[in-house]
This record gives sequence, C-alpha cells and structure tokens, in this order.
Amino acid sequence: MIDPTTNLAIAESFLQPMGPVAAEQLRHLKTVTLLTLIAVVPVLVSMPWILWRYRRSKPTGEYRPNWESNLALEWLMWGVPIVVVALIGVSLTIMTFRLDPYKELGKDPLQVQVIGLDWKWIFIYPNEGVALVDELVVPEGRAVELTLTTDTVMQSLQISAIVGQIYAMPAMTTKLNFLAVKPGEAQGMNSQFTGNGFWKQKFQVYSVSKEEYAARMKKAQSSDLSLTADTYAILAMQGTSEEAKKPLAIENRKGPIEMVLDDSKIFQRVLARYMLEDMTPESQPGSPSYDPKKSSLPPASDKPMMGMEM
Amino acid sequence: MLDAIFGRLTWDSIILVQAVEQPNVNTFITASAAAMMPIGGVMIVALLTWMRWWKPLFEWLTSVDHKKIGTMYIIFAVIMLFRGVVEGILMRTNQAVGLNGGFLSSDHFNQLFTTHGTNMIFFVAMPFLFGLINIVVPLQIGARDVAFPRLNQISLGLTAAGGFLFMISLMIGEFSTGGWTGYPSFTGRLVNPGVGPDYYILAIAISGIGSTLTGVNFSVTIYKLRTAGMSFMRMPLFTWTALCTSILLIFAMPPLTACCAMLGLDRFLGFHFFTNDMGGNLMNFINLFWMFGHPEVYILVLPAFGVMSEIASTYSGKRLYGYTSIVAATMCIAVLSFTVWLHHFFTMGQSATVNAAFGVATLLIAIPTGVKIYDWLATLWGGRIRFTAPMIYLCGFFVLFTIGGLSGVILASPTLDYQLHNSQFLVAHFHNVIIPGVLFGILAGIHIWFPKIYGFRLMESLSRITAFLWAIGFILAFMPLYQTGLMGMTRRTVAYADPELVPWMIVSGIGSLILGCAFLSILLTIFVSVLNRKKLMVPFGDPWDGRSLEWATPAPTPEWNFAVLPKVECRDAFHDAKAKGTAYQPIEKYDDIEMPANTYYGFIIMMMASGLGFGLVWHMWWLAIASLLGAIATAIIYAFLPQKHNIIPAAEVREIDEAWRRAAREGRGVTRDDECNAANQGLARPDNITNP
Amino acid sequence: MSFSIRKSLHPGLNLGEDHGDDHLEAETSVFGFWVFMMSDLVTFGMFFAVFATTMPLACCPGPKELFDLGSVAWQTAFLLLSSLTSGMAILTLKQEHAARSASTKKLIFWLLLTVLLGCGFLYREISDFIAMAAAGGPPTRSGYLSALWSLVGLHGLHVTGGLIWCLVIVAGILVRGVDLRWKLTLLRWSVFWHFLDVVWIAIFSFVFLGGLL
Repeated sequence: MIDPTTNLAIAESFLQPMGPVAAEQLRHLKTVTLLTLIAVVPVLVSMPWILWRYRRSKPTGEYRPNWESNLALEWLMWGVPIVVVALIGVSLTIMTFRLDPYKELGKDPLQVQVIGLDWKWIFIYPNEGVALVDELVVPEGRAVELTLTTDTVMQSLQISAIVGQIYAMPAMTTKLNFLAVKPGEAQGMNSQFTGNGFWKQKFQVYSVSKEEYAARMKKAQSSDLSLTADTYAILAMQGTSEEAKKPLAIENRKGPIEMVLDDSKIFQRVLARYMLEDMTPESQPGSPSYDPKKSSLPPASDKPMMGMEM
Repeated sequence: MLDAIFGRLTWDSIILVQAVEQPNVNTFITASAAAMMPIGGVMIVALLTWMRWWKPLFEWLTSVDHKKIGTMYIIFAVIMLFRGVVEGILMRTNQAVGLNGGFLSSDHFNQLFTTHGTNMIFFVAMPFLFGLINIVVPLQIGARDVAFPRLNQISLGLTAAGGFLFMISLMIGEFSTGGWTGYPSFTGRLVNPGVGPDYYILAIAISGIGSTLTGVNFSVTIYKLRTAGMSFMRMPLFTWTALCTSILLIFAMPPLTACCAMLGLDRFLGFHFFTNDMGGNLMNFINLFWMFGHPEVYILVLPAFGVMSEIASTYSGKRLYGYTSIVAATMCIAVLSFTVWLHHFFTMGQSATVNAAFGVATLLIAIPTGVKIYDWLATLWGGRIRFTAPMIYLCGFFVLFTIGGLSGVILASPTLDYQLHNSQFLVAHFHNVIIPGVLFGILAGIHIWFPKIYGFRLMESLSRITAFLWAIGFILAFMPLYQTGLMGMTRRTVAYADPELVPWMIVSGIGSLILGCAFLSILLTIFVSVLNRKKLMVPFGDPWDGRSLEWATPAPTPEWNFAVLPKVECRDAFHDAKAKGTAYQPIEKYDDIEMPANTYYGFIIMMMASGLGFGLVWHMWWLAIASLLGAIATAIIYAFLPQKHNIIPAAEVREIDEAWRRAAREGRGVTRDDECNAANQGLARPDNITNP
Repeated sequence: MSFSIRKSLHPGLNLGEDHGDDHLEAETSVFGFWVFMMSDLVTFGMFFAVFATTMPLACCPGPKELFDLGSVAWQTAFLLLSSLTSGMAILTLKQEHAARSASTKKLIFWLLLTVLLGCGFLYREISDFIAMAAAGGPPTRSGYLSALWSLVGLHGLHVTGGLIWCLVIVAGILVRGVDLRWKLTLLRWSVFWHFLDVVWIAIFSFVFLGGLL
C-alpha cells in the first residue's frame, strides 16, 4: 500500500521486516514451520498412497483385518512428534526470552508513552515535550520503549513490520520495545476490537534519520496546539484523529495532529483516574454518554501503578 | 406503570419498526432475518395442523428417550447452522467488497461476528455433539437410556432457552458487539449499557448450565451403565471420547458460568469485578473465560475424533489400530487441555517465563493429537477402504485438519503469536480445525447413525456431494485468510484499506457462497432421502457391517434399545459375534421392561429459563422473578409427583425382538459390494475380500 | 429401570431386605450428585481465585474495618453444628429406617434442628452484610468488596437453597413417608450440606482470617 501523502510504500507485515525483532520473528516462523512439517508431511504423503493401495475396488496390499499393533510403529508414532515438539519447544523458549517485549533493545531507549483511545493513539514524548496523534516518529537505529495504557477499553497496539503487538489496558501499563533499522514508513494499528471505529484506528510509524527526527520534534514543539487536560478530554471523544480536528478547531489542518506537551505527567494522571475516581457514563471515554466537560483528570499520584511485569 | 411492566422495552426495540423508520441495507437484512421467525412459526403451525402432527409433536417434546432428545438437539443445531452460515456469508461477501467500506454498517458487522461465533460454538457445535452422543453412547455401551433421562430433557430445555434468547435478539433489541469472547470492559456497563451484552451473557450462561448437567449425565452413564462385560478397555472409541468430553464439560463449564455471573453483577448491580476503576481487573475475565474456552474446543473436537475412529475401522473393514494408544492419547488431550489457556492471550503482557511455559504446554498437546492421526492412518493400512461419504470426510480431515494443526503449532509460539494474534491467520486456524475437524466429524456421524434412528439410509451420492462441497468451500473460504493474516490484516474488521488484500477477500467470499451451497446440500440430502426412503430402508439395523453394539439392534431402534441387555466379551463385540456366528441368536427369557414415562419437566424449565433471561435483559423484573420462582416451584412439585414408568410387557418385547432375530438368521444379507444400493436391508454378510 | 447387572452395593444406605434393584439406582443417583458437586466446587474455586487477585488491593474499607470475627465465629459454630445434626439425621435414616414403616419423628427432629441452625447462620451472615454496607463497604465500592460479597454471598445462596430443600424433604416425608425416593434425596442433600460446610471452612480461613492476618 502506498501512502498518498508521502508516496512511500507502507510496510504492513512482518514479511517485509523493518527491524531486527520482525526479522527474527520471520526466521522463527520458517523454523517452526519446517520442523512441524516433519510430522505433517508423512500424513499428507502417505494418505493418498494408502488410499490407493488399499482401496476396496482394486487393492494392491494384503488384507489384514486384525492387525492392530506394532511396537516399532508405536515408537515411531510417539517418538517423532515428541522429538519434533522438543526441538520446537527449545526454539520457542529461546525466542520467547530473546524477543520479550519488555526487553530493552539498546542503551538509553527513546521513551514514548502511549494512550489508546477510541479510535486513535496519542504518542507522548515526555523528554521532547511533544504529543503526536496517530503518528509515531522514531530515529532509525535507536531503540524505542513504549509504555502503554488506554483510557477506554482493552486495545492492542500492533506494528507488524517492526515488532508485533502488545495489549494495552486501562489502569495498567504494558511495555513494548522495538528498533527500526531501515528508514521508511510502517503501518500501525489496533488489533483488539473496540467498536464502530475500530477498523479506522490506524497510525503511521516513520523511521527517519537523526536529523529528520530532530526536525520533526522541533516542528511539533512549535505547534500552537497543546495537550492539556481539556484538549485531552476532547481527544478522548469517540472518533478518529481526523474527526477530532473539528472540536479542536483545526479542521482545515492537514496531516496528523501535533501538540506541545503542556503537562508532562498527563500519562500518570490518566492512569490515576481509575485508582481514585468512581467512573460514570459521563466521565468514561468510550461510553456513549461521554461528555468532555464532565470528565477531568486527577492530579498525578505517587502510588505505583499496576504494571504487567510478573 | 408501563416502565414497570415493560422495563426498557419500547417500540423502537423491535427491528421491524426500526426497518420502517430507517430503511437501509442493514435494517433490511436484519428485518428479513427476523421476519423469518414469525413467518416460519406460522408455517410450522400450519404444517402441524394440516398433517395432524400436534400429538406426535408433544409426544416428542415430553419424551425422555435419549434417541428423541438427541434428535431434537440435532434439529435445533441444523436450524442454528442455517443462521450461522448466513452470518458467515454476509461477513465474507462484505469483506470481498470491503476495500474502504463494504455494504454492511460497522454496527451490523460487529453484531454479525459476535452472533456468528456465539451461535456456532454454543448453539450449533455443542448441540450437534450432544445430540450424537445422546443417540449413540447408550447404544454403544448396551444401556437402555442415559443415567438421568429427565435431567437430559432439562439440559435440552436450557440449551433451547439460550437459543431462544439468542434468536429473539434478532427481532427485539440487538446482540452484543463484543465478539463471542465478550471481553470487558468493552462489554461493561459504562461502554455498552444496551441490551446486547445482556442477551449474550444470559444466552450462554443459561445454555452453559444445561451443558454442565449434560456432562454430569453422560459421565455417570458411561461410568455406571455399561453392560456386563464391558470394561473400560472394551468400550468403543466414540464412547471413550464422549467420556472425556463429559469430564471436560464438568470442569470447564463452571468458569464460564462464573465469569458470566460476575459480568452480570457488574452490569446489573454495579459491582467492580471487571471495571476499569475501583479495583476491577478485566484480566480476570479473560483468564476465567479461557479457562473455559480452551477445554471447550476440546469438548468440540474430541467427539469428532471419536467419529473418525469409528469411520477408520468400519469403512476399511478392520480393527482400530492402536486402541490403547488412542485411548491414552485422548485422556492426555483431556488433561492437558486444562493447562494451556494462557495461549489465548500471550500478548497481554505476561513475563517471558510465563509465556514460554504455556507455549511449551501447548506444544505438548500436539503430540497425542499427532499420534491419533497416525493411528487412524495405520487403521486404514491393511484394510479394504470403501469411499463412502464418511470416508470422504475422514480423508478431508486428514489433509485439512493436519494443516490446521500446523498453524496451531505456529500460533503456540509466543514470538509468532505477537505477530499473528487477533489476525486473519488466527481466524483461518480455528476455522481450519473446527470445520475439517468438528464439522466433518458431525456430518459423518449423522450419515453413519441416521439409519439407526430412522430406519433408512441417506442417499450416498448426495452425501458425497455434500462432503465435497464442504471441503471445497472451506478451502476457498479460509485458506486465503492465512495469507492475509501474514500480510497484516486484523480480524473483526468491517473494512480495510490495503488494495493488495482484495483478491484474497474475493476468493474467500466465493468460498463462503460454496459453503452456503454445502449447507443446502445437507437439507437436500435429507429431503431426497426421505422421499426415497423405501429404497433406502435398512430394517435389520446393520447397514455398514458395524463392529460395536449399537448395530446389534433393529432400525429404527425400539424405545428400550435392547430387549435383553447384552453380555460382552471383547472389544468390537458385535463384529466378534458375527464372525463367530453368535449374532442374532434367539433369546430364551424375556422380562418386562420398565421405561420412564414422558414428562413436561424439561419443557416447563425451558419456558421458565427463557422468561428469566428475557426479563433480566429488558429489566422486566416481575417476569424474571416470576420465572425464577416458577422454576423452583416446578422442581418442588416434581419432587412430590410420583415418577411414572411405562411397563412394556415381556410378551410384546418378545414378539418384536424374536421376529427381528429370526428374519436376520434366515436372511442372506449383503456384502459391501451392495452397501450403497437398495439390496442393503441392514443385514451384513461376510465381505468379498480379494487379495492381490 | 432395568439397569446393568453389576453387583455394586451402595454402602451408605440401609434399604431393607426387600429392596430389589434399588441399590443400583442409589449407586447412580448419589454418584451423579457427587459429580455435580465437583462442578460446583470449580465454580466456587473460580470465585476464590478472583477474590485472591483482589486481596492485595483490599483497602479502605478493608477487612480490618469491616470484619466482625465474633459474628464469623458464631456463623462457623452454627454451620458446623448443623453439619453434625445433618449427620445425625442420616445415621437415623440408616439405622432406623430399614423397614419402611418405622417412625419418622426422630429423622424430622434432626432435619428441623439442622434448618434452625442454618437459619441462625443466615441471620448472622445477613446482619453482617447489612453492617458492612452501613460501614461504607457495599459491594459496589471496590473490586475487593465485589469479590468478597459475591463469594460469601454465593455460599449463602447455596445455604438458603439447602435449607429450602431440607424443608421440602421434611414435607415430602410427612406426605409420602420415607420411601426410596426420599432416602436418595436425603443422601444427596446431605452431601450438599457437608460440601457447604467444607466451603465455609475455606471461606473462614482464607477470606476472614486471611484478610485480618
């Protein structure tokens, strides 16, 4: 698929990996498939042969109606799957630890906080002081660590070409570490169903040079729009990021919404609201009666949040 | 006042009113579907009246005979399968034209994928399987009925009540949009306050209670009612899988009831089990749901595996290879199925240790499953394979289910699951194991045991065509989804933006239409077979030269199954008797047979459960309370009523049974050459076997 | 019903010399009920599991503010004693009802005493719930309280059901006498009642003591 604004091809799947995690996942897919085929191919090959040899109309094999057991065959039948499963099991375990989404992929990863809403993603760069909606810009070759939550219902942030996905849940944080080594554009999306606008909840990931990255951050820092509790409440209204432009009074602006980060603790405040408040239909983003005027964020809390590290 | 009576039910809740007020493609489709129910109801009433079938209908609805109850389960499942196939076709054709938007609205599509999944699992697959097990297992173990016949009827009633709620949501109100998995907090009170999730919770909780009771019933039947000499290791494989399935039902249905109850408490009373705030934790629902959900898929597939065992040995004229291995493998699968539930949410953020542990556990289940497939192939080795419809299903199973197993192993790896979870690859995988696995087993089972109940076979040619249509339709509809999943397409999406997906979606859409034809082919097969039943009659009861006890009864089987309960000395007892010449020998002593009489108990419970569910959904509290009290009162009243039995006098039993035995001894029977033509009266002669 | 001709004899029941094939029905009926109880145990297990996950967040109000250990002790005493009296009822059934025409007064006495003790349990439990709600601990206040109320409440609902069942049995015995059907029902009811006792011990230990320690 081609992005009409940048004319770049958007990488949509891990069949065209843009980073080491996706590349290793693709390799692992081939490993697992080949190993499993050891157990599968005998079935596919022997079946037509057995049907031919023992068909009733013109059989070529001897009729042995009471043949029901053969020790060597039992060893083979149990043994081959056990060996195949053991091999895949080892490979699976190694890869699960190696590609753990919580594992940092480099020193000093770029920290980005992510808030999932209906039906958009807000990417907060606390160190750069900006917030981008449905746009994730990362410098190529630098490790990135996303810390995710949502303010509506369970979502799943997925960037197939680079890393895969991780669930994001309200009142909790999860993490996703990735690294983009190739420059380009990757498709991101939500893969956990969240309602009528679910299919439109897509975002673009731009892997750019260090200079380009700095330039983009600078551009966002000079935006006239800023992410305050009030603009956040408006963003939390149901709709895509395009649909959010009207209530933010930037209808005719092209491109993703870029904001200055007014409150560096806004991510923690979104988490805190679920620890301290009794949510009502009016204050809960995602509810049909959500009213941005009746929804406020509490001050940031010092209590540790429910992270998902077990 | 009206509020108290009607709760939150208004005129606008009725789809036909909505269709008039806002006519568009979506309301038209839904209204047509909804209209089928009253129209169908009127047609049925007319048919019943014209054919004077009211009395037989009530005879059936009040019956506690396992064969009738099993048949009713299957009829229910076929009707729901019709709806399920239509839902599937709507979704796949919408996606075929779904680039940047199809013909369905988002809300309609979202309800469709939810109803499709809920329907197929709870109201198609499970009733089909309960029906088959009901019909076959008591016959295979040499019993007269299940352990608790009235409970059997009550289970059917509860399943039907759940189905009622599910169907009425098409006419009045709407269904949930949260998928068949119904995760909160999307299905919680704040985000989805409407009637949809309530219909969902009540439909599956009520039918779930019925399923738990079924599990109790079947397991006690197999434990306690096996005929003399039938030790566990002499039971047919279908009975073994039924036993493991019932154990799974007993332990896996309660988590579903629990999480539905908790979600219900959240929604109705404002509890905080799964809310975002105040200490709720939606992960608990997910754990509970999948603690049910994973054993559930083995509940579905194990009886199908049992049918495959029957097919492999019967239609190749051979003993089952590796009986002990297959039994051990089945039990391993049953036990292991409780240890893998986390693989449904590898991406929820657990540590690598936890994920790896469950990934390895998931791989372990592949071992016994593989062994069983090898054992069935080995059963065919050294046989004389007949390409009847069940054998076609078995062959389709071998090829297609194995591919589904491959994709399952791929998904078992958390690393790959991080890419493929919730994608079309996942959709392809589970349809790949359910259709060639569960559905092929069900359809083959119906073909095999239909003659036992009705006394005539289904037409072989049409059954084969049905089998091919299902296989081809499945391949076209679902194999492309593996590719689109790898290409990054997510599931549950009404539309998509990548033009490269279009050709795959079109192929898949065409496949879904072929699946629709396959379903119609089932109906056609039954219809034409009924018309031609005189040529297809198999009154002696053994059309396939069967090996287990159910074939040692006439067809249709009389209410009491066996005039005198048989004594068994080995595996494949009936085959053994035929080989030794001891089949159909005369019996000296006949006793009176006492069978439980008909009762309205289950029917009344069905009405009460439906009322309870409907009342709760629409906040018509008087209806809910009255129904609940009514159900309790019914139980109390029935505790006091004397349990009636019908006594069938020994003389009557003797007359029917002796006539059958004598005719069988004197008849010539047919070899397998004539298995599929009119000469086959259900009596088997030793087969013509040539050796090369 | 003509069941299989297996020779298993049900050990817990005295059916009298002329019981014919009744022992077979007893075997199936009571075994089936045990199996059903296993599924009920799993249901309780799920509520326990969810409760366990909420315990770290049990605060404000939490166990210290809400639990009245004295009342819980009374409830335990009532329920355990009622298990004892139900056991006495079953012993009476076994020892004194071999002949179907024996007196039922003793049996009914023990059953009604069980009901009385069970009602004592319920009275204390409901009072506790009311007090908890008044002290700011209704089930809608937090995840912990939702889990607490529903776990303990589920048990209480089962107890209520068991008491109603017992009264129905008493009525049945008075109307129809102690025949096979009521004997089997009593056996099943007693399994149910002891099961509830076991679950209560788990609740008492895990929820109440566990919450306070």
